[in-house]
Amino acid sequence: MTKTLINPRNAYGETLIELGKKHPKVVVLDADLSKSTKTIMFAKKFPERFFEMGIAEANMISVAAGLASTGKIPFVSTFAVFATGRVYDQIRMDIAYSQANVKLFATHGGISVGKDGASHQMIEDIALMRVLPNMTVMAPSDAPQTKKIVTLMAESIGPMYARVGRADAPVLYKDADLKDVEIGKGLITRDGDDATIVACGTMVDPALDAADLLKKDGISTQVIDMHTIKPLDTVLLKKCIQKKSVLLTAEEHSVIGGLGGAVAEFIAEQRSCLPFRRIGIKDRFCESGPPAELWEKYKLNAKYQATIIKQLLKQK
Amino acid sequence: MPLTYPRQVPLFSMGGAFLSRADPTVIHTLQMKAVQIRKHIIEMLYRAASGHPGGSLSAVEAITALYFHHMNHDPQDPLDPNRDRFILSKGHAAPALYAALAESGYFQTPILKKLRQLNCNLQGHPVCYQTPGVEASTGSLGHGLSFGLGVALGGKLDKKNYHVYVMIGDGESNEGQIWEAAAAATHYKLDNLIALLDRNFLQIDGHTEEVMRLESVHQRWSSFGWHVIEINGHNFTDILNALDEAVSHQYQPTMIILETVKGKGISFMENNVDFHGVPPNEMEYKLAMEELNLLQKKLEAQQ
Repeated sequence: MTKTLINPRNAYGETLIELGKKHPKVVVLDADLSKSTKTIMFAKKFPERFFEMGIAEANMISVAAGLASTGKIPFVSTFAVFATGRVYDQIRMDIAYSQANVKLFATHGGISVGKDGASHQMIEDIALMRVLPNMTVMAPSDAPQTKKIVTLMAESIGPMYARVGRADAPVLYKDADLKDVEIGKGLITRDGDDATIVACGTMVDPALDAADLLKKDGISTQVIDMHTIKPLDTVLLKKCIQKKSVLLTAEEHSVIGGLGGAVAEFIAEQRSCLPFRRIGIKDRFCESGPPAELWEKYKLNAKYQATIIKQLLKQK
Repeated sequence: MPLTYPRQVPLFSMGGAFLSRADPTVIHTLQMKAVQIRKHIIEMLYRAASGHPGGSLSAVEAITALYFHHMNHDPQDPLDPNRDRFILSKGHAAPALYAALAESGYFQTPILKKLRQLNCNLQGHPVCYQTPGVEASTGSLGHGLSFGLGVALGGKLDKKNYHVYVMIGDGESNEGQIWEAAAAATHYKLDNLIALLDRNFLQIDGHTEEVMRLESVHQRWSSFGWHVIEINGHNFTDILNALDEAVSHQYQPTMIILETVKGKGISFMENNVDFHGVPPNEMEYKLAMEELNLLQKKLEAQQ
């Protein structure tokens, strides 16, 4: 079956326009990447509420905090690498510490940015944002979910970070599947009894493919779409642990500090001894290349996820 | 975007709108207030046994002029959307800001004595949601001008008449973000944004021109497209005139370079880099208070 592809960045741009119509307080800032982040769609519709800040990300972040202090709801966009690492101190002081109602929406997260190479492949952003007090951290998995999460971001108060990748993403949900989505509540995208994959963002689709592969071998796999990494849905995780199956996390991010780190921290304190592994980038920088080949070489794809589940099942 | 409104009479207008800003009674009242604020600063730092005297003392006159004459603000309504905003980007001068806020009535003055202590809302560096009247969380240098720029953009968008005043330090001007904000402020023609540079020529490691040359700072700001005014930062007549000029200036943000003395008002702290981040000991505290009490009596006698 061929998958329907929609770029989550386009979903972001379209949602911003809807939010712009609905909420006069929504403003958007970008740092000379509006064509890539798709904030240009908002800029064309609401030029007076779009602020082009040039290639000066630090200034952009603090300006957004200033705008938030006047009651605006600023959405700030650039590539994940510039939206977090480059401006960590500005986010820390002016947004997280100050509890500013700023919404950071980053695109081009993960290694599937591809050919631009490791300089642009952000694999630490979730860790950097997760460690900040007051910060909510999200990674939507497809275009409809992106739309839902961006809307929830605008309508909830407080500092928030969300990231999507660069590439088109298979559509996993219908709008109706998402009507009850809440920030901080994971989705059981597929139910299963023998194994659980907790994935976020771009890794949810390969996790579903891995579940399909495993099914052929008679292994029933549950796939959790953990779109919110912080606050982590520990209620849902507890249920996964109680299944006494095996647990795998998958994310297009370093295995340190992201979804895998968060889940590992939680289950370690639950005195759970279920077989557990993290799939992600193994504490290294990657390289230029086509996204699918990068996923294969750096062991993120569905085939690898299925292999690891089988290994874990042998440990039971 | 021209500013087409009659400026509201500030709540703290002591001479009344019909009097010249250079009115001697206004100046005298502000001088008295400045001594009171310096006394608070010394008291706070001595009790906290930590903090930054030098850069707090050099900022006193500008902060006093803003809070007790120039700005439109109401301590009973600290979140009034029409208020003028003051942002202390050089957050280590927090004692000067806290003293001005307490003297204005945002909170009780005895709280000042608890600066930097546990369970007190006066943190070592300002935090916006903890202390009434504090607009931005600062302490990591270089952010405040950008924050103020955002507030100014918000004001333009909402067609509000308020002005945003941001005080930065000369050491702080080493930060690249200051110059990102300098460029963006002129790009957006933010004539409701007024920066004040506390030009006291000292930063922690020594003389500003030895640590990281800033001159010609006037030319730097004018080349970024700012309207630049250079004045004696301890002279109230100069400060009030400069603020009036800045408010009436259109289409450009204004930079007021305040030529100041680090540690101003305490003889042994003046131009002494050792008092950047070291509080007075007991003997120094007593000496400093004696000097300030003497000046206070002298000013009272002039009434």
